[in-house]
Amino acid sequence: MSETTAPAAERELGLEGVGCERRRKEDARFIQGKGNYVDDIKLAGTVFGDFVRSPCAHGRIKSIDAEKAKALPGVLAVLTAEDLKPLNLHWMPTLAGDVQAVLADGKVHFQNQEVAFVIAEDRYICADAIQLVEVDYEELPVIVDPKVAMAPDAPVIREDVEGKDTVGQGPRKHANHIFTWEVGDKAATDEAFAGADVTAREEITYQRVHPAPLETCGCVASMDAVSGQLTVYGTFQAPHVVRTVVSLIAGLPEHKIRIIAPDIGGGFGNKVGPYPGYVCAIVGTIVLGRPVKWVESRLDNISTTSFARDYHMTGEIAADRDGKIKALRVQVLADHGAFNTHAQPSKWPAGMFSIVTGSYDIPAAHVVVDGVYTNKAPGGVAYRCSFRVTEASYLIERMIDVLASKLKMDPAELRLKNFIQPSQFPYNSVLGWEYDSGDYPTALNKVMEAVDYRGLRKEQAEKRAKGELMGIGIATFTEIVGAGPSRNCDILGIGMFDSCEIRIHPTGTAIARFGTKSTGQGHETTYAQIIASEIGIPSDDITIEEGDTDTAPYGLGTYGSRSTPVAGAAAAQAARKIRAKAQKIAAHMLEVGEDDLEWEVDRFRVKGLPEKMATMKEIAMAAYGNVPAGMEHGLESVDYYDPPNFTFPFGAYICVVDVDRFTGEVAVRRFYALDDCGTRINPMIIEGQIHGGLTEALAIAMGQELLFDDIGNVLGASFLDYFMPTAVETPHWETDFTVTPSPHHPIGAKGVGESPNVGGVSALSNAVIDAFAHLGVTHMPMPHTPWRVWQKANELGIDR
Amino acid sequence: MAKTDIKLTINGEEVEATVEPRMLLIYLLREHLGLTGAHIGCETSHCGACTVDLDGKSVKSCTVFAVQASGGEVMTVEGLANGAELHPLQAGFAEEHGLQCGFCTPGMLMRTYRLLEDNPNPSEDEIRVGISGNICRCTGYQNIVKAVRHAMRELGHKEATE
Amino acid sequence: MIPANFDYHRPASVDEAVGLIEQYGDDGAILAGGHSLIPMMKLRFATPGHLIDLKALDELRGIEDTGADIRIGAMTTQAELRASAVAAEACPILAETVDVIADPQVRNMGTLGGNVANGDPGNDMPAVMMALGAIYVLRGPGGERETPANGFYKGIFDTERAANELLVAIRVPKPPAGHGYAYKKLKRKVGDYATAAAAVILALEGGACSHAAIALTNVGPTALNAGDAAKSLIGTSVDGEAQARAAELAMEICDPVSDMHGPVEYRRNMAGVMTYRAIAEALGRAKGG
Repeated sequence: MSETTAPAAERELGLEGVGCERRRKEDARFIQGKGNYVDDIKLAGTVFGDFVRSPCAHGRIKSIDAEKAKALPGVLAVLTAEDLKPLNLHWMPTLAGDVQAVLADGKVHFQNQEVAFVIAEDRYICADAIQLVEVDYEELPVIVDPKVAMAPDAPVIREDVEGKDTVGQGPRKHANHIFTWEVGDKAATDEAFAGADVTAREEITYQRVHPAPLETCGCVASMDAVSGQLTVYGTFQAPHVVRTVVSLIAGLPEHKIRIIAPDIGGGFGNKVGPYPGYVCAIVGTIVLGRPVKWVESRLDNISTTSFARDYHMTGEIAADRDGKIKALRVQVLADHGAFNTHAQPSKWPAGMFSIVTGSYDIPAAHVVVDGVYTNKAPGGVAYRCSFRVTEASYLIERMIDVLASKLKMDPAELRLKNFIQPSQFPYNSVLGWEYDSGDYPTALNKVMEAVDYRGLRKEQAEKRAKGELMGIGIATFTEIVGAGPSRNCDILGIGMFDSCEIRIHPTGTAIARFGTKSTGQGHETTYAQIIASEIGIPSDDITIEEGDTDTAPYGLGTYGSRSTPVAGAAAAQAARKIRAKAQKIAAHMLEVGEDDLEWEVDRFRVKGLPEKMATMKEIAMAAYGNVPAGMEHGLESVDYYDPPNFTFPFGAYICVVDVDRFTGEVAVRRFYALDDCGTRINPMIIEGQIHGGLTEALAIAMGQELLFDDIGNVLGASFLDYFMPTAVETPHWETDFTVTPSPHHPIGAKGVGESPNVGGVSALSNAVIDAFAHLGVTHMPMPHTPWRVWQKANELGIDR
Repeated sequence: MAKTDIKLTINGEEVEATVEPRMLLIYLLREHLGLTGAHIGCETSHCGACTVDLDGKSVKSCTVFAVQASGGEVMTVEGLANGAELHPLQAGFAEEHGLQCGFCTPGMLMRTYRLLEDNPNPSEDEIRVGISGNICRCTGYQNIVKAVRHAMRELGHKEATE
Repeated sequence: MIPANFDYHRPASVDEAVGLIEQYGDDGAILAGGHSLIPMMKLRFATPGHLIDLKALDELRGIEDTGADIRIGAMTTQAELRASAVAAEACPILAETVDVIADPQVRNMGTLGGNVANGDPGNDMPAVMMALGAIYVLRGPGGERETPANGFYKGIFDTERAANELLVAIRVPKPPAGHGYAYKKLKRKVGDYATAAAAVILALEGGACSHAAIALTNVGPTALNAGDAAKSLIGTSVDGEAQARAAELAMEICDPVSDMHGPVEYRRNMAGVMTYRAIAEALGRAKGG
């Protein structure tokens, strides 16, 4: 059957649109070694730059002697803060309103801070020259503990902002204090606590971790001295934002800057912010007139570019005797390191942490977050989660278990008792969010049935009687993703919309360009599916492009699960504009009124005369030759989508672990993850995202941690010590889903990539702690490394 | 320090070069020969993104000097396909969604290529142990295992019974 | 991470290699598999001016049954050792140990000689060699000499090997036929060094333990021979009580450091748990389990 006469259902399948397990378009190059990552880029005349870094965590620079390095043949330049001063580039503004040293200006604030930038003909000479730069430091007292940072007599870390009332996010109350962020009704919360039957309190730290994508950060900066055009290839999750930031801080006209994000080897939040390496490479190419490449080592990556978490939280929860939750109170000490370079929407110093009431109908809540400086690397990015959502979700999912333990109630039962009910949506949370849609009881009940929850509890009781440790962990999380509505969210004053531009070619194929940037999520595949379903052009006939600021419409980039909720919506909206114009052209072609037409998969038909039709392919050609009088030629559209609200994906996870009480090793026996991300665009890719996110959750819950000794040495900043699970440590994941579309998203999709990390960490941690729950244990610190788990067993006297 | 002449076979072609002895095999491939499939992920021989085949064995090319490989036979991901015809493993990775960001993929492919050459019918556990020197941050390995099984079927091997 | 430059040598004979080692002294380094040395060079913790690559020395490769011993060339890779029928037959603990060292790619490059000779207390084979009573064959300018694995390790990266000597082979006396063995290693993930590990060899005669050797990995500045622990098993039926006593004795000689694997107390206790489990497994195997 030809493509014009096939039945509609068949033609619809042929589009490979929304819902299709379409194989990925990007894979062809990756499986043949033809990916194009930043370090693969080889421009003629490229030279190499890298940093001299500080061995000490806090100190004054007494002198820098670069003469020996400069004398080494092949060394082209050694930049220090003094060299950047005349350009006013020795410091740069951060996305959070603070400033960050590009190269240390008289003082170093954390170990491995950038002190000088050496540029040489090749990476070998560069490495040799770095060894020859002599820096003399006067060491200063070091603060690595955020609690110590706020002590009255604590040494001042940031002398450059000493005495300033604010560093961009509200009033400060201590020389090492950055901001206080408060949300909720304190009086109502206090009152609810005062009148509650039961209260529980727990100190819960979410340790400092690092996203550590397999590809480190890097760039190639190239200034064309003749045209004055600066091109920067780099690991940028948000290329347009980088262009604007570069323009603002370097004083270059924005139209003379082209930012290209080539293939990116994973981001997970690490590749959002601007780093000193980018600035130094740009300065280098401007000074030398040759392309300058900078690529981090793994040690540099883990120890200097943005970390995540480091939230020191105190949770309190109040409930009545039956387990109905009355109030939640949370205090957070947020360790932001030496500079406040966290990447959140500008007005949200603690991101979307106020999602902390989770999936539960909690009538009163109050949250205070204090950000502080320490002598640790700066950052505070969202590592595979929306801004501070994983911290919030971990807090509430732990507190529910803590409360259940106090009430001697099953944690599943307590959850079911307190869920926001399906009838309550759209639901206004007490901390100010409007949850778009959800059905939490259905999700949890489905998972409990799938794993035979009652049977597991019975088995657990039997094991406990024999002295064995088995844990069952539940997480029923709600995320807030898709930042975001411009009324809530901006970066440096730019609203957090995203964009899509579609051009239909005369022969009926298309190209679509986006302001986001895939770091492995498969945008080249899924965006085409959205467009295909909207306008009836097969996915395979639609090229998707991202990552080049010269060609893509302005966008805010990929992080915080925002690509599908925001750019995906822009794709649908732009496609609908195309279809609207196509309808006019079709009416002209068929000599009927627009209203006489109805859309069917890939064509307009005349109502009542189904054999009269114009296919999208025919319309495309007509758009370039046979348009109605007064209409412009062409078939193109652009949409800048400002979402009316965030989306609120959710899920129910159950994890079963067995703990070796003699060694502290934890074996994940079973992990069942049900996710609801609304409309499912490509189930194959969704499942892949869940597998990956759960594996990262395993890494975080069971081992990842950036530790520091007392003098600020970062410990374990390599893949030997920083826990990266291999296929052997990673369990088999079971996945499931429900579909509760977002009512405000054009196709009902919510975003999925980060759910498994958010819910996974809580489920794993709850499972480990649950293994000890019968022994009176309510909390154990993450990560649950064997030695920490053993310490608990040892303390309880059950390790023999 | 004297440069050293080296001579080796890469993807079936003889290559001669004069290199500093400290040049790692990965840089010889990536920067001198333009074979950028293999990547550098960790630099401490833990991640396996740099895995290539050297004299019929999987090795981590970031921890082998090019001079050590002199006289040897190297195969990289660029040599895996037979002309336009993909190797069944390449097809398997695409078919089973065994990759996301793609950065670990060339190393994974070269490792699983050698794994199947050495053991045509590995069990799931043997596949997992076989790729335990390769870190993937995106997939959670589950679909990589499926991809290898896909290739086993394509290659006509009987699937191992679990 | 780029190493400092060096001159590369690939000697064609052991004598030539020994000559180069003698010639360059402290400025020379021996390159076997390179998976300890090259990362150290990339971090510039090691900056040898001359690298002497043993790759071409085929006489240093191979595994041979010499009757009472098996003789393993120092350049035999872990993977070759794992695949050896000779080793599997006479001394199956070797394959069991190889399987928990690093990962497949590293085992293709890493050599037995490198693992036992460089004196890294994190390496797994030294303890196994101690438990087996292995003999190291060293070649220097004055010829060959033999020295036992027990006593070879003096401190971190400090061994009995003189600066001008090369380890050429390892002689492993065959343990009694029907012996039990186990190498139990607690690690955080594939590719990790041991939090603690224990090698156990034991034999039974008429239900009583007639031979026992126990050695520990990474819980002291060197691999440790737990002689008292082993002795405590002799003559017993190696019941649960005897296993626990031996584990206690093994813990007593530990002197671990606190690091990312865990604090001192944990690592000491894990040496006990690994010893206990290794004895139990070895016992099962000795009984034909």
